[in-house]
Amino acid sequence: YLDTVCLNMVNDPTQFDVLVMPNLYGDILSDLCAGLIGGLGVTPSGNIGTKSAIFESVHGSAPDIAGQDKANPTALLLSAVMMLRHMKFFDKAALIEKAVFSVIAENKILTGDLGGTSKCSEYTDEICRKLN
Amino acid sequence: MSFVRVGVSDLLRRSGMMRNAASMRTTYMKRRCSTTATIPITMIPGDGVGPELMTSVKDVFRGTGIPVHFEEVHISELSSHSASLDDVINSLNNNKVCLKGPLSYPTHASEIESLNMKLRRSLDLFANVVICKSIEGIETRHPNVDIIVIREQTEGEYSALEHECVPGVVESLKIITSQRSRRIAKFAFDFALRHGRRRVTAVHKANIMKLTDGLFLECAAEMAEMYPEIEFNSMIVDNTCMQLVAHPHQFDVLLTPNLYGNVVDNVAAGLVGGAGVVPGESYGEEFAVFEPGARHVYSTATGRNIANPTGMLLSAVSCLKHVGLKTEAQRLATAIANVISERRIRTQDLGGQSTTKDFTKAIIAAFLALPSPT
Repeated sequence: YLDTVCLNMVNDPTQFDVLVMPNLYGDILSDLCAGLIGGLGVTPSGNIGTKSAIFESVHGSAPDIAGQDKANPTALLLSAVMMLRHMKFFDKAALIEKAVFSVIAENKILTGDLGGTSKCSEYTDEICRKLN
Repeated sequence: MSFVRVGVSDLLRRSGMMRNAASMRTTYMKRRCSTTATIPITMIPGDGVGPELMTSVKDVFRGTGIPVHFEEVHISELSSHSASLDDVINSLNNNKVCLKGPLSYPTHASEIESLNMKLRRSLDLFANVVICKSIEGIETRHPNVDIIVIREQTEGEYSALEHECVPGVVESLKIITSQRSRRIAKFAFDFALRHGRRRVTAVHKANIMKLTDGLFLECAAEMAEMYPEIEFNSMIVDNTCMQLVAHPHQFDVLLTPNLYGNVVDNVAAGLVGGAGVVPGESYGEEFAVFEPGARHVYSTATGRNIANPTGMLLSAVSCLKHVGLKTEAQRLATAIANVISERRIRTQDLGGQSTTKDFTKAIIAAFLALPSPT
C-alpha cells in the first residue's frame, strides 16, 4: 500500500528496488525519494513511450540564477546518461556517470546548491578532465 | 469609520453555509462529567496487532490504578462474529470517547467502502490529527521534529464512488465540498491556536486538480483570514514530501485533504521513529476516537509479542487528557518518556529485543516509581 511504502521508505529506503505505480502516487513518491538522495538538483528522469522517449531533469527553471553560470548540471547530465543507455551506448554512459560521481565524491569542485563555490563551467570542465 | 464585531459563527451563518452555526463554535467535544468511580471508554481492539496493543493499555491502566474501564466492541471485517456498526454507535452514544486499534481490509471485499470509511462517515469523524514529535531516546535522521498533520477524512478520494464505464476503464470520483473543507480548515486553525502553534500549511495539488484541490485551498485561505495571529501558507504535496524528508523543521501544522493526509502522516511518522511510536486522534462534533497515528495492522507481528505499544499508549495519554484525567495523563506520558530515554527496554522496531509485555511491565514500573502527585 502507498502509505506503508511511504512509512518504510523514510525508515529504510534500501529495502526497495523498482517501484511501479499510477500517476499521482508516482508524482508524490518520486519527489519523496529525490528528497532522500539530495534533491531535484541531482535527480535524473526519463519519459518512455512506445514511439519515443524524453529524458529530463525535473527541477525548476531557477530564473533567479539563470545565465549566471551558477546552475548545477548534474540532473540533466545524469538524464543524458539515462538517454545514452536507452540508445544502447552503455559504455559511454558508464564512463560519463563514473566521472560525474567521482567529481561529487571528491567534494572539491561543486556548485553552490551542493555547498561549493564553483561555477557550472568549472564543474563541467572537471568532469571532462576525468573523462580524458 | 466604525467597526462591527462579528463572530465566526455569525459570518458562517450569514454566508448560508452552516445549518447550525452553533455546532461550529466548539470543534472539540467536551466530555460530560461522570458520576461513576471509573470513567467508561469504548474500546475497539481491531485486527492484527491491535488486540495485543490494547492488552498493553489495559495492563498499564490496571497496574497503575488509572480509573478507567473499557467497554469492548469487537468489530472487524475479517471476522464472521463481528459486532455491528450499530453496536459501536450505541456504545459511543453512551461514552462519547473511544480507544481504537487498526482495522484490516479483507482480501476480497464485497463493498467498495471499507469498515474504516463507514466508521468515520457514520460517526462523522471528520478530523484526523497525527502528532509526529521526536522522542528522546529514539535516534532518527532528523532530530527535534515536531509536526502535526490534520487530515480531512470523510470525503476526497475516499468517497467510495468508483465504477467501470466500459470494460477495462474504471472511473473514481474525488469529492471536495466547501462545507467540509471550511470545517477542517477551521478545525486546524482552532487546533493551532489552542496548542500554541504558529503556522498552518495547506497541502494540495491544485496545479493539476484545479477544481477539487483548488476549492480546498480557497477554503483554507478564507479561514486563514479569521486567524491573523496564525501564519498560513500552502505547498504542493509532492514538494511537501520532499521537504519533509530533507528539511522537516520548516513545518508546524499541516492541513490536508484525505489522500494526501494519509501519505504525509506516514512520511512524518517515519521521520520520528515509525508506526509504533506515533499517536493520533480523530474528532467529530460528537465523538473523539484515539488510535495510533499510522494505522497499520502489522499482521506479520500478530501474536508474536513483538509490537511496540508506544503509539497506542501515547494515544491513551491523549484520551486521558480528553476525559479530564490530566494528572494521570501527565504521569503516564512521563513514564513512557523515561522508559524510552533510558534505552534499556526497546522493542524490535527500534532495534531492541524486548517483547511487548517487557515494555508494558517497564511502563507500569516507571509510573509507580514516579513521586506521588502533591
